[in-house]
Amino acid sequence: MNTMASLPSPLLELKGMRKVYQSVVANDHIDLCVLPGEIHAVLGENGAGKSTLMKIIYGVTQPTAGKLFWQGYEIKVASPAQARKLGIGMIFQHFSLFETLNVVENVALGLDHPPKLKQLAQEIIEISNRYELPIDPFRSVHTLSVGEMQRVEIIRCLLQKPKLLIMDEPTSVLSPSAVRKLFETLRQFAAEGCSILYISHKLDEIQALCHTATVLRSGKVVGNCIPANETPQSMARMMIGKDLTAYKHHAFAPGETLLQLKGLSCKTKDPFGIDLNNIHLAVRAGEILGIAGISGNGQKELLYAISGEELVSKPDAIQICGVSVGKINPRGRRHLGLCFVPEERLGRGAVPQMSLEDNALMTMIKPAVVEYGMIQYTKVNAYASACIQKFDVKCSGPQAQAQSLSGGNLQKYIVGREIMQDPKVIVLAQPTWGVDIGAALFIRQALLELSNKGVAILVISEEIDELFEISDRIVVMSDGKLSPAKLTQETNVEEIGVWMSGMWPEAEQITALPAT
Amino acid sequence: MMLKFEKRPVASEAMRYISPLLSIIMTLVCGFILFGFLGKDPIKGFEIFFLNPLKTSYGISELFLKATPLILIATGLSIGFRANVWNIGAEGQFILGAIAATGVAIHFDYHPRMLLLTEMMIAGMVGGMLWAGITAFLRTRFNTNEILVSLMLVYVAQYLAEWFVHGPWKDPDGFGFPQTVIFSDNALLPIFFDGLRVNLSLLAALFFLVLAYFFIFKSFAGFKMLVSGYAKAAARYAGFSINQSIWLGLLAGGALAGVAGMTEVSGPAGQLTAHISNGYGFAAIIVAYVGRLHPVGIFFSGLLMALLYLGGEQAQYYLNLPSSIGRVFQGMLLFFLLGLDILVQYRIRFTGLTRKEA
Repeated sequence: MNTMASLPSPLLELKGMRKVYQSVVANDHIDLCVLPGEIHAVLGENGAGKSTLMKIIYGVTQPTAGKLFWQGYEIKVASPAQARKLGIGMIFQHFSLFETLNVVENVALGLDHPPKLKQLAQEIIEISNRYELPIDPFRSVHTLSVGEMQRVEIIRCLLQKPKLLIMDEPTSVLSPSAVRKLFETLRQFAAEGCSILYISHKLDEIQALCHTATVLRSGKVVGNCIPANETPQSMARMMIGKDLTAYKHHAFAPGETLLQLKGLSCKTKDPFGIDLNNIHLAVRAGEILGIAGISGNGQKELLYAISGEELVSKPDAIQICGVSVGKINPRGRRHLGLCFVPEERLGRGAVPQMSLEDNALMTMIKPAVVEYGMIQYTKVNAYASACIQKFDVKCSGPQAQAQSLSGGNLQKYIVGREIMQDPKVIVLAQPTWGVDIGAALFIRQALLELSNKGVAILVISEEIDELFEISDRIVVMSDGKLSPAKLTQETNVEEIGVWMSGMWPEAEQITALPAT
Repeated sequence: MMLKFEKRPVASEAMRYISPLLSIIMTLVCGFILFGFLGKDPIKGFEIFFLNPLKTSYGISELFLKATPLILIATGLSIGFRANVWNIGAEGQFILGAIAATGVAIHFDYHPRMLLLTEMMIAGMVGGMLWAGITAFLRTRFNTNEILVSLMLVYVAQYLAEWFVHGPWKDPDGFGFPQTVIFSDNALLPIFFDGLRVNLSLLAALFFLVLAYFFIFKSFAGFKMLVSGYAKAAARYAGFSINQSIWLGLLAGGALAGVAGMTEVSGPAGQLTAHISNGYGFAAIIVAYVGRLHPVGIFFSGLLMALLYLGGEQAQYYLNLPSSIGRVFQGMLLFFLLGLDILVQYRIRFTGLTRKEA
């Protein structure tokens, strides 16, 4: 216990925390100190050990070595139930929700003494209104989008009025205004004496919100800082150990329209999906068009329609290089020059149990590797090896199973194999989600270079900053509709944030089509 | 000290090959114990069950003879199973192949032998494919569960066979027994050695094994089916038709089960009887899985399964045990295989011995 009267005693203190999984040292002698009412950031790339550390604090897993002090007393947090009793709440990055139950039931499961479901539903609605986290308490979780699921997690935590709130990358699914509101609430919590451990890689958010920061790299603490005194560059340097290289931008000289959506409307088969409503969009050669918007507004359905995984009734609603493709399946569209990187790496973009080689074969149109129905594996192998080398994919080789790669490396591979197909149009959904900074920069730079070669690029991303970094034009998707397009340099995050709730001026209707 | 299952970071390839071997060992061990319980000398029981069939050339011939239809059907099934197409009705497709082959044998027995046999094989294939096609159609058109449909059709096939042998194809000189005429020599598969029953169908089985190998591992169609089996969303993303996989998977199983049916009526049976359905279609499912859905594995597991059948017969003659003891072994084999497969994804840890690194 601290005897100096002027220093407040820490709420939570970790000394020498160590966690080893088989042969991987996830946490290595980590010291952490959180004061009451402090908003403390834990910074680090994917794989730095942040989530593991939080799991230890929340009692999900036990440390291999190290001591944990709560309010001055050394304790072992044996389970999440005990953590909650102590007053620790956690919002996970990867959701711990039961998909077959609805929102109220899931929230009730997380509470030790849940009130009656009807009353709980009321409380949920109250909190969801207060913090602008719209959610229907009686929806089944499996019907929710990723963003909506995260809202449930946040609400579940807020209901328990904790002393320490651990938030693991919570804002990826919130609009800028909602993020601001959340921050206001968090500051209020902090002022009331609740501490917050804020895990994120979003440097500007950490600058805006957090009082102190601990930086992790490869399982070790590499520094502490006060974000207000730092710049995003200096914090990034601490995180990855070297300077970030700036993007080499490209000249914006767009050519002919290569991907055209005209009056695309689609009724979704999913009872909780979003209908697409009269979508007009044109992506030209050499340009990067970004679609912003919170997930759950029709992006999933739009991507299914563009890729061909869902066929549409009007063939000419979607045109690739002038050809009407509405009724053509994904492979047919690939023959016409379309490539697509989906949001889900494992299970859709790649088959987890298959090798990288086989995963390349899955979408390869050229070079032709099938002769008389038989696969020429040497050619596939050469392609896969080239992809691994060109895109700096860390793996044991083309035979490595897709699921053995880290998220960032697998994403680089998938993006690489699509780029190597020499597409005329490439569509990417959440291209850097869950990807470490190094890989994210690599991918974005690759896209910029690709646009220089005259490829039409469509990027759908929830990270507005990313879109502002690489897109030439931005549109917003809300409730199945697209806003007019604006040149990136003629708009800003605020305006896009407003448009995300659907409030864009209707005047310039079909101006998503550029004036030719 | 506690036993804990810990998920492996990456599935163990070695275990995929070891677990069938381990399951064989465990089956043998249990068999040992079983013989003891039944009051028989375990070692003698072992010898009679497992070694007797292999002691004579007749035994070895029987081994290959019985293994052939199992290998044929399992090969066809493995193609479907790899694509998550659950064809449980191979027994029915086997019967339809037998019926079709019989039809050709009875009505065209004036054709020269090799031509007739070829026609019978094609008829068998077509019969099996038609029967499997019903399941495929219902599954792709109406999304019915192929396990239920293919299984139900087995019973329909059995009654169909009975109708043929009680009705239009009943042998007029057969003393009223439900069976067709015995096929003329023209319609019987040539044997290799006098006195031994193993016949040309063995070559057919090997031929299809090789064909299956190329299809599964080298062909693009096989690759597409593999992707459909592993991850439906990925197959959709790649533009691979799931329906195509379902049709191919079921038709492959049906075709080869039909060929097996043909080899049964034109081989040891020599005619179509009401008892043509002998469980091979179901046993082949075990053969396919013990063989890890791989042609080489299927060859060996087909022989093993045949050994278990023959062992059952030996046990009946020499140990006074019911021949179904063979079926018990077959069941144990599958049981242990499915159980030990957990070791592919998980490893066993003994906790509590040391407190150190978990």
